[in-house]
Amino acid sequence: MNSKKNYILHLADNGLILAQRLGEWCGHGPVLEQDIALTNIALDVLGQARYFYQYAAEVDGQGKEEDFYAYFRDEREFKNFLLIEQPNGDWAHTIMRQFFYDNFMQLVYTSLLSSSDKQIAAIASKAIKEVNYHLKFSSEWVIRMGDGTDESHKRIQDAANNLWEYTGEFFVPTTYETEMASKGIAPNIASLKNDWHTRGNEIFSEATLQVPQATWFQSGGKTGTHTEYLGIMLTDLQYLQRAYPGNSW
Amino acid sequence: MTTIDLEEQFMKRVAADEKVEPKDWMPEKYRKTLIRQIAQHAHSEVVGMLPEANYISRAPSLRRKAALLAKIQDEGGHGLYLYCAAETLGVERDTLIEELHSGKAKYSSIFNYPTLSWADMGAIGWLVDGAAILNQVPLCKCSYGPYARAMVRVCKEESFHQRQGYEILLTLCNGSADQKQMAQDSLNRWWWPSLMMFGPSDADSTNSEYSMKTKIKRFSNDELRQKFVDATKPQADILGLTIPDPDLKFNEQTRHWEYGEIDWEEFHNVVQGNGVCNKIRLRERNEAWDNGKWVREAATAYAEKREQRKNESKQVA
Repeated sequence: MNSKKNYILHLADNGLILAQRLGEWCGHGPVLEQDIALTNIALDVLGQARYFYQYAAEVDGQGKEEDFYAYFRDEREFKNFLLIEQPNGDWAHTIMRQFFYDNFMQLVYTSLLSSSDKQIAAIASKAIKEVNYHLKFSSEWVIRMGDGTDESHKRIQDAANNLWEYTGEFFVPTTYETEMASKGIAPNIASLKNDWHTRGNEIFSEATLQVPQATWFQSGGKTGTHTEYLGIMLTDLQYLQRAYPGNSW
Repeated sequence: MTTIDLEEQFMKRVAADEKVEPKDWMPEKYRKTLIRQIAQHAHSEVVGMLPEANYISRAPSLRRKAALLAKIQDEGGHGLYLYCAAETLGVERDTLIEELHSGKAKYSSIFNYPTLSWADMGAIGWLVDGAAILNQVPLCKCSYGPYARAMVRVCKEESFHQRQGYEILLTLCNGSADQKQMAQDSLNRWWWPSLMMFGPSDADSTNSEYSMKTKIKRFSNDELRQKFVDATKPQADILGLTIPDPDLKFNEQTRHWEYGEIDWEEFHNVVQGNGVCNKIRLRERNEAWDNGKWVREAATAYAEKREQRKNESKQVA
């Protein structure tokens, strides 16, 4: 049961923390249309997170609600990818983070469509439509920046180089992922690696970008060992619930 | 036809409640008045995203976070329609944005006040959007077609935002003593600036007369302000909150709530740039725009390259 709860929380935390980062762009985008588009993505991934938290609450069976898992767990209990909590940086870093994530999650949600867990499959069938759009959006922007001006090319290449080390974690299963894969609830994530690289290479090639060659990858996000950024994000996110506990909002 | 004839004909059409459309002849003053007003309105939507964006990360529940994100996104959308409506009058969006960023163009002064608690997300919805609706509903019948049509959609979304804001406060007022205090403090800070949103009193309003005559505007500032006070007082009573005006009293004869003196000195100061957030808001807008310059350039450069490649492959074929 714990593995299942952990796996669902891992999916939920990714959505929440990414929404939290994308929300920082709201009102600050490079042009109004893109400001709105990014908020759209934030809303989608937040919506996905809420479905998963609600399901985690059900699986947990403690009578808690979605907000408990978002607002009353500590840093070491969050299971999101390290990639997701990295700061927005410039538009290039935000888009590259999004592209790495979307490319992976599109594969994850595609396999979750046939999860042996009906509820996860149902959430995936809603999420896949959103993620398909997110992937299209972030791929197009990677290409636009890579094949745009000298400056945009340099910036998006830098973003790829800087964020690359946080992508290895995608493909190294935790014990909860291994257990979920053995039950047909989750995909065997190591098997998604080739597709992720193939599609990534295609987009990078169209964008005239170099695929980073570094082979050392950071890990730990999925088991709660984060970069220093997450703790600060949570103090902000959880502040009201923690300062005035026990209230309705 | 001479310009005088055209103008006379134009005024007749407006008087008969006919809509003016982009390609129709219109007096230069009418065009300028509209551009100024629509741009100011668009800028207010866009700058207005900032005070609320201040609480996205801290929204106290996931449901509230999603609603707040969606609300701010709506405002961005309103900004877009309004810039488009302004463009039908022959002005470029980028020109208008530059005027905002240089400080030449104005936006609603209310956004130069800071958001200091979660309750402010409620008060902005209830009071600021509430005041905006009263200003905007008559604009759905404004003489200029594109503006009137944009306002129909804007008003629908604004009234949803207002209910959402009120509901935030209702939840706080039904909650703990701390929460109720948060709501009262918020009302204390936003009440007077909300009354100022209707603009100077009729006697001092420089732009009103022409706008009324050409049916860009249909009610005076003071008329709308009175409507707002009359509508809001009973809503405050339901919340159990006290409006911070010791002079507020019901006049049995006029059936209106009479309110105290507005601090016009504060109003003029904030309009002139002395509000606590004027510089911060403009700096934030300018930074966002300047930081986005290379992104916009990249998008343009890429679009041009694609176009060129398409043409080259056509020539080969």
